[in-house]
Amino acid sequence: MSRLIIRRLLVSLVVLWLVSLLVFVATLLLPGDPARAILGQQATPDRIAALQAQLNLDAPVWERYLSWLGGVFTGDLGTSAATQGPVNDLLGDRIGASLVLLVTAAVLSTLVGLALGTWSAVRRGRAADHTVSGISLVIAALPEFVIGVALIVLLSTTVFPLLPSVTLAPPGEPVWSQPLQLILPVLTLTLVVTPYITRMMRATMSEVLDSGYVEMARLKGIPERTVLTRHALPHAIGPVAQVIALQLAWLAGGVVVVEFLFRYPGVGQALIDAVNNRDVEVVQAITLLIAAVYIVVNLLADIVGIVTNPRLRTEVSR
Amino acid sequence: MSTPTVPSTRSRKSTVFRRALALPQAKIGLTLTAVVVLLAVLGPWLGPWLTGYDTTGFAGKPFHSDGVAGTDGLGRDVFTRFLAGGATLLLYAVLATAIGIVLGTALGMLAGYTGGRLDSIIMRGNDVLLSFPQLVFALLAIAMLGPQGWLLVLVIGITHAPRVARVARQATVAVKDSDYIKAAQLYAMPRRRILLREVLPNITGPLMVELGLRLTYSIGYVASLSFLGLGIQPPAADWGLMINENRIALVLEPWGVLLPVLAIAVLTVGTNLVTDSLASAAAGREKEAAA
Repeated sequence: MSRLIIRRLLVSLVVLWLVSLLVFVATLLLPGDPARAILGQQATPDRIAALQAQLNLDAPVWERYLSWLGGVFTGDLGTSAATQGPVNDLLGDRIGASLVLLVTAAVLSTLVGLALGTWSAVRRGRAADHTVSGISLVIAALPEFVIGVALIVLLSTTVFPLLPSVTLAPPGEPVWSQPLQLILPVLTLTLVVTPYITRMMRATMSEVLDSGYVEMARLKGIPERTVLTRHALPHAIGPVAQVIALQLAWLAGGVVVVEFLFRYPGVGQALIDAVNNRDVEVVQAITLLIAAVYIVVNLLADIVGIVTNPRLRTEVSR
Repeated sequence: MSTPTVPSTRSRKSTVFRRALALPQAKIGLTLTAVVVLLAVLGPWLGPWLTGYDTTGFAGKPFHSDGVAGTDGLGRDVFTRFLAGGATLLLYAVLATAIGIVLGTALGMLAGYTGGRLDSIIMRGNDVLLSFPQLVFALLAIAMLGPQGWLLVLVIGITHAPRVARVARQATVAVKDSDYIKAAQLYAMPRRRILLREVLPNITGPLMVELGLRLTYSIGYVASLSFLGLGIQPPAADWGLMINENRIALVLEPWGVLLPVLAIAVLTVGTNLVTDSLASAAAGREKEAAA
């Protein structure tokens, strides 16, 4: 099993390296002189020269890649063309703010999804099951900003004006000092992800409930609740963990639109600003960061999959 | 030249369609989709004819309650813009889906059928692309080249491809040892021909499900990018863009947000319902084939 995990770890490292290569190569797409393209209308000969020196544009491509990669490894993500400050300063607080959003939404949607999926599977074919399936099918189809706007209309402005729809944390204060402002963004992300987890949990749980060992447990006279928690649930967790991870990794991208919608001071909002300003080094840093989160979460899911799958646990190596 | 397998696969393909159509969610989904597609396609002509404004909807009176849904903050007629705002979105989404499906199917079939080193190279390349959330990858490209229509279509299509390829590869691996493939190999049929004439007709089930799924996502991504201000550009009328332009005045003039939100929601729910019916039909057929 440990050999499988180590192999999987090495694959992730290679993918991460290739991703860094791709993020760097993207900058070569900048039309014409990158310094001029980045500065746009603010281009003065002085600033162009300064930026050219900063981006090290005279050096060959591979040298630029190595120095950029070296910077990433030593924690120096470059300089923002828009603020003229280090990218690290720009991202510091925002990473924390985004993580608050992600982790809360992740925990909520996992709990709700597992519970609803199990409940649906137990009541397969009945009205409750059809209702849950129908609603998750509808919500799963909606783009995240549509869900967000619908929530704003419902809970913040027109129907029930209860919650703030914009995040206005005073500068220097952490976002969680205003918990009310977190509700709508977290709710939006949770609604986006929960249907997938629910559907997967329902499918897996249905299969498990039809299996021989569950029937055996029932025949032994074990109470239904214990059958569910002790016998069925552990077998359903493995395959569902992969879907959960995929969805959580997806959250890392979905957070961009949701942060923009609620003006939430996180990494996603910074990415949109950076794309608008052609702030190339910030765009590079954030896309690399999001891809890294994505890769790590997927890696963890596969490890959970390997650990919970008894066949893989004993298999020597393949 | 026709081979004996072709007629049988044709009829099997149509049973997936017919089975799917018999399901209630397919009928509801098709109706919803058809309504919004008609609206989007006819809207650019209908709008000026109904309201008398051109497709930019300029009426000159900001926040006025004239017309069906009033005017927006720049004095443009909301209803005219709503009618005109779906065509480009739909076109981009369809083109992006087509690129993703064609590219992904080709790569997936090639990887699954050939196996070996080519398979690993294609699938590892896929892993790299799969490490970016699709929207984030699109933003990376837009940051470099600017928000241009062809780039939106291309980048959304390209990010669909590895996801489609995974499905196509799996389906190809499942059929590649069948007798009819072996027969074709014994005829010394060229690989391209085997893939197109023998493998492709037999993996249409999962591919149709993938087509529906990718179309739903494409609509979402194009609309999201326009909503972020990085897709379809002003002064064009577009649903995603309209939501962003009008949400500041949500309380004052809600129709400018509600109409496009509703249209996008109905469209994606419609396509997703059709996708779901296709998935049930394909799964049902597989179960029967196994029995």
